[in-house]
Amino acid sequence: MRVISGWVKPRMAGAVELSEILEHPEYMEPIPYRREIEIRGRISRSLVEEISRAKKEPEWMLRLRLRALEAFEKLPAPKWIYGIESIDLDEITTYYVKPVEKPVEDWDQLPSEIRSIYEKLGLPEFYAKYLAGLSTVLDSETVYSSMKKVLEKLGVIMIPMEEAVRKYPGLVKKYFSRIYPLMEHKFSALHYALWSGGVFVYVPKNVRVPYPIEAFFYVGSELEGQFEHTLIVADEGSELTFIEGCSAPRFKKYSFHDGMVELYAHRSSRISFITVQNWSRNIINFNNKRGVAEENAYIEWLEGSIGSKYTVTYPSTILRGEGSGTSSIVVGIANGPYIKDTGSKVIHAAPNTRSRIISKSISSRGGVNIYRGMVQVNRGARYSRSHVQCDSLILDGKSKAYTYPIIHIMDNTADVGHEATTGRINPEQLYYLQTRGLSEDQAKSLIVLGYIRDILRGLPLEYVAMLSRVIQLEFERIGGVG
Amino acid sequence: MPLIVEDLSVAVDSKRILDDISLRVDRGELLVIMGPNGSGKTSLALTIMGHPSYRVLKGRIIIDGEDVTDKPPDYRALKGLFLLFQNPVEIPGVNLKSLLRAALNKRMGKTDLTEPVPGLEEKLVAEAKMLGLSEEHLERDINVGFSGGEKKRSELLQAKILRPRYVIMDEPDSGLDVDGVRMVADIIRELISTGNAVVLITHYPRVLEYVEPSRVVVIHKGRIVATGGRELVDKINVEGYKWLGEAENGGSG
Repeated sequence: MRVISGWVKPRMAGAVELSEILEHPEYMEPIPYRREIEIRGRISRSLVEEISRAKKEPEWMLRLRLRALEAFEKLPAPKWIYGIESIDLDEITTYYVKPVEKPVEDWDQLPSEIRSIYEKLGLPEFYAKYLAGLSTVLDSETVYSSMKKVLEKLGVIMIPMEEAVRKYPGLVKKYFSRIYPLMEHKFSALHYALWSGGVFVYVPKNVRVPYPIEAFFYVGSELEGQFEHTLIVADEGSELTFIEGCSAPRFKKYSFHDGMVELYAHRSSRISFITVQNWSRNIINFNNKRGVAEENAYIEWLEGSIGSKYTVTYPSTILRGEGSGTSSIVVGIANGPYIKDTGSKVIHAAPNTRSRIISKSISSRGGVNIYRGMVQVNRGARYSRSHVQCDSLILDGKSKAYTYPIIHIMDNTADVGHEATTGRINPEQLYYLQTRGLSEDQAKSLIVLGYIRDILRGLPLEYVAMLSRVIQLEFERIGGVG
Repeated sequence: MPLIVEDLSVAVDSKRILDDISLRVDRGELLVIMGPNGSGKTSLALTIMGHPSYRVLKGRIIIDGEDVTDKPPDYRALKGLFLLFQNPVEIPGVNLKSLLRAALNKRMGKTDLTEPVPGLEEKLVAEAKMLGLSEEHLERDINVGFSGGEKKRSELLQAKILRPRYVIMDEPDSGLDVDGVRMVADIIRELISTGNAVVLITHYPRVLEYVEPSRVVVIHKGRIVATGGRELVDKINVEGYKWLGEAENGGSG
């Protein structure tokens, strides 16, 4: 491991903005950008109206959708994205809007790699079928009904987003689209025009949910949409750990995913949001995630990307209240001809705020990891502290890692640090582990697991066990799904 | 059952580094390979253990009757071969505990190599203590920041836990004090008395003050130039390797 950049000391004083892009010369070969992502097909106004009507939505939501559609049409297609050539809206209207046929009808029609992974993971058949999209209801009522009761007793609301729009319009309206603006970029606008599925969670004042919520088991299919929208509101003094998704590989028929997560952490509350994504390798995955932390609140993101063809995700936090804090742990595995464009953004908008970003990427068999991070300290956000650690592990000569950290400091009391390391596995290390009886692939997965070991601490044990099995399978050459 | 090296010639890139090497070690035996620095001893050890940079030009490596010349290192390891490295590499992220857990799970045919192995923890702690390593060494990344002596001890610990049948030790006593050398001798004796074979590669045989070799082979410039027993060790102790020039000219007696 080699540290390629050290601490950044704010060099400015006064009211001039300082922007600094830390360049790591060795890894700064220019990425061949395309002109623009080509967007084929159209989303019609009547389609959006139809969606809204089918969901029996209130008027304000329909208006929001139509506003979003207009924005989508006006906003330029991103030019900064590497690797994605085009997105086909006609496909969206085919697979998402009229899902008449089930993606896969039976077990035997599943790709054999997926079946073999489920078998190797030792998943019970009902669970595997559910993961594979063969059944829409997870037969786990007995296990989870008691946990659901606990949540009810605590007054925690956790229901499908669409139900929440109808049942708690006041509460939803107060936060929905207020955290992640629809005008942010073309795909956030598209998301708001078409959103469907997702979960709404409200944790009342001073309620601490005593165990991590593996949302997958409660509201699985709701989280599985193409444009799902999840909104979590933690009221003052409350605490919640929310685990979205499951590390086992998931088969998806559609090819473009544009989901969103909004978190609102009120005074002195704490939200941990954990995602491990392992979707089939046909997917272009846009994941829009943003949180707002009020005074003394804390937002923690853990974002693991294993699957998909191309993932773009930068969990972001706006530290709005004095003394608030955030940590983002982002792990990207690009194993094969896939791209992970990940990172995190933090805006320090109040005094005495603190942030920590840890990014760990693993590039293998031609995989590309791109880290984009931004730390911004606003004027007046006195004595803010931020530390970014960006580690890349490259397993062979065909694979690449790029890092693009950006720092904007507008307050001269800020204490901002950035460290980056790049590690390469050399053949002598693999040989050494092989002489102890491990195959080359097993040697690689052992090194990878060791590399992310610190991050796995603090996750529920069964979750870690599943994840480490998934990573081992990933590096045994059968993990590449779809 | 023996480990046999038959008529082995080896090249790295285009350079020939070993020529017509033939060796045999049976279970319960200690074969000692000696020779001056750069004679090809370590290359021989790495070749037997399947290092990809060492290209076998001719000859065979046979473990328990099976020709493993074309097999990868892990296959050989599972056949019971173990190499105690002279200079083991650092492996950031992997500690002794997780490596040995994985190696044992592999030997038990498990697919999840991170599964806990019953009893391993206690055994590791006890063996580490006997070898002069602390519990903390088990949690540290392998060889990262280890002293020369700690690296040797870590290699010995792995050999003790994995219980190989054929152990090649490349300079196991270099960098160790007298007590360390005695410890190595004890481990060799124990391995042999429990029916395993040891190939001891050494430049200067301090450890042979404490154990008796079954056979001694001297390598010079990639060839075997002398074979014998204890008397060869004594000769090298007195004369060093100066006589090799002569042996080279006069053929290998």
